[in-house]
Amino acid sequence: MSTQTTTQPLQFHPSADFKNRSREALADTKLRQNFRGAMDFLRGKRSAQFPDENELENLRDLGEAVRKHALRNLPQLLEKLETQLTANGVQVHWAETAEEANAIIHGIAVGRGAKSVIKGKSMASEEIELNDYLGERGITCVESDMGEYVVQLAHEKPSHIVMPAIHKTKGDIAELFHEEIPDTPYTEDVDELIQIGRKTLRQMFVDADIGLSGVNFAIAETGTLWLVENEGNGRLSTTIPNTHIAIMGIEKVVEKLEQVIPLASLLTRSATGQAITTYFNLISGPRRPGELDGPREVHLVLLDNGRSQAFEDAELRATLQCIRCGACMNHCPVYARLGGHAYGTVYPGPIGQIISPHLLGLDDTRDLPTASSLCGACAEVCPVRIPIPQLLIRLRTEAQRNPGEAVAHRLKGQGASYSLGEQLVWKFWTGAYAHPSLHRIFRWLATRLRAFAPKQQMGWTRFRTPLQPAERSLHDLMAERKGNRL
Amino acid sequence: MNARHRILAKLRNALPVENDMQAAPAVAGYYAANTLAPQTCQERVAQLRGLLQAAHAEVIVASRAAWVSLLAVRLAALGVGRLALNEDTEEGRQLAATLRESSGSVTLLPFDKPIETWKQELFDTVDAGFTVADSAIAATGTLVFKSSPAQPRSLSLVPPLHVALVRAETIHAHMFAAALEEQWAAAMPTNLVMVSGPSKTSDIQQTLAYGAHGPKQMLVVIVSGEGESA
Ligand code: SF4
Repeated sequence: MSTQTTTQPLQFHPSADFKNRSREALADTKLRQNFRGAMDFLRGKRSAQFPDENELENLRDLGEAVRKHALRNLPQLLEKLETQLTANGVQVHWAETAEEANAIIHGIAVGRGAKSVIKGKSMASEEIELNDYLGERGITCVESDMGEYVVQLAHEKPSHIVMPAIHKTKGDIAELFHEEIPDTPYTEDVDELIQIGRKTLRQMFVDADIGLSGVNFAIAETGTLWLVENEGNGRLSTTIPNTHIAIMGIEKVVEKLEQVIPLASLLTRSATGQAITTYFNLISGPRRPGELDGPREVHLVLLDNGRSQAFEDAELRATLQCIRCGACMNHCPVYARLGGHAYGTVYPGPIGQIISPHLLGLDDTRDLPTASSLCGACAEVCPVRIPIPQLLIRLRTEAQRNPGEAVAHRLKGQGASYSLGEQLVWKFWTGAYAHPSLHRIFRWLATRLRAFAPKQQMGWTRFRTPLQPAERSLHDLMAERKGNRL
Repeated sequence: MNARHRILAKLRNALPVENDMQAAPAVAGYYAANTLAPQTCQERVAQLRGLLQAAHAEVIVASRAAWVSLLAVRLAALGVGRLALNEDTEEGRQLAATLRESSGSVTLLPFDKPIETWKQELFDTVDAGFTVADSAIAATGTLVFKSSPAQPRSLSLVPPLHVALVRAETIHAHMFAAALEEQWAAAMPTNLVMVSGPSKTSDIQQTLAYGAHGPKQMLVVIVSGEGESA
């Protein structure tokens, strides 16, 4: 059994090196083929689920309204959720940072004398790098979602938030299983590969001391955690071990159960093009007296980790409407060409570009908001209507802002891309266009000195011929035409 | 000040001082406006059956009198040797009685003790689990199970074959109707599960494969006045 991977350093790229990695990714033709095929497939599946344009648009309106309503009432809803869950027998913990969340989970594990944790899929646990944290402290985490399991076995990170191993072909996985799992023959038959995964992981559900999962939606009025999945590993992780720990971002709560119904429909249809997934697993508490199974203890860790920074700004708050369907990445021309790893962040693609600056600060993510042509495909498919391009522009502005400038809601890493030279150029430009006499001089000089235009013009000349001012300005040409006509 | 206070204070500071709970979004209105004409019970049975079959479940529609013998025959044909069930439900008792009387080869394993006492056995030696759905949803082909002493969570989850019985009159048109008519929010069980077929995954090169971690097969018996009568 070689699923013990947590002592190995996982392949993690600091997101600061985005430009180099994207160059590498673009040169990798196999990777590009894998993603092209996967993206086309997922787009097709999604659009088949929404044959009726009207229904889709109405449902998106409703989904957006539900998420906006939840965010407008977020503090009350979190308190209500805590009260309800506590009444149901669930223990609620709050973590401001990844470090705090890890320490809380480690503390629970130590208190139970736990040696192993079986994990359902949880992007929040990826975000805090829980596997590494617990692994360094002698507690083994095993991923049980098939995609996550593949990625863990390969010592990699997920490349997509819904389909973690989307960058791998069945040939890659056949080889991986053959090499890493003892007595496994090489097979590219997907059914066989899945059965190998099932067999290898099955005993872990029996043996694990703790089951850990993410949460798709939390319901304040009933104190319920709503989990969405197809494989059954989420149900096993939250049902079989004695202790269940769930972790979720603070933004995931909504007020009422009925409000999750449209969101769940939008989620599964947008994410994988399914009308519904095999399991909707609604957990409202540990085993009650008389019941014969289910965990005896349930914990919920509420994670901030930078989300409240997005919340503080009325415009950026929309980032938190996200239900993590992944449709924006599936439709993003940049993601389709780079794949998920180039971003270097746990959340790749458009959603990653707008959420990561809050989680990690702009210093480490300054280039992410620029990795977009602002084509708008993401906003067009987002089931909760997040204006992603608008938020990208806003983040670009914050990255360019003078670090010393005082603003109402200062983002972590404000001014990470600030350049005095660039600011001066823009200042001059604005000034020249605001003052006619200055503009006249500028025109005169630009047309006369056109031969001296630099041949290297930064990003522009990497793929294009250099720009050169025309021989005569438009003003002059128009004046001449006017003169001729008179 | 602990993390809880600091997080809540930050969120509160960002909102207007007067921030009473705003009017809730019109979910009920949406479903009233977007729901098709009411279906008859028969239409719901047909829709549920069709969608479950499309999701790779086997479906038997049977009458109240005939379901138990039809199911016994089917279980024998599937080669089920060890069947876990809970006899605290009416149908569980009926099925157990029938299987005991018949000279078939099915061994009954009553799920009447805490899972800890037979976890390994449940995982390794049980072929099938028999459950009774609390209700169903036609629009998505979904069965609803509410955990209780008579309905252990793992009965529909651990055995490789999940056998589920559902009464035709409990089938709702869609999920919102189910939640509303059964008043889910008023009394949530510790675990409410919606199941729409055997477990599956597309995690390897987007290729659909059944039998991921949950049941590999699902056999659904819809008990209906219109069903087959042996
Ligand atoms: S931003 Fe929108 S499209 Fe992207 S993952 Fe979130 S909800 Fe889905």
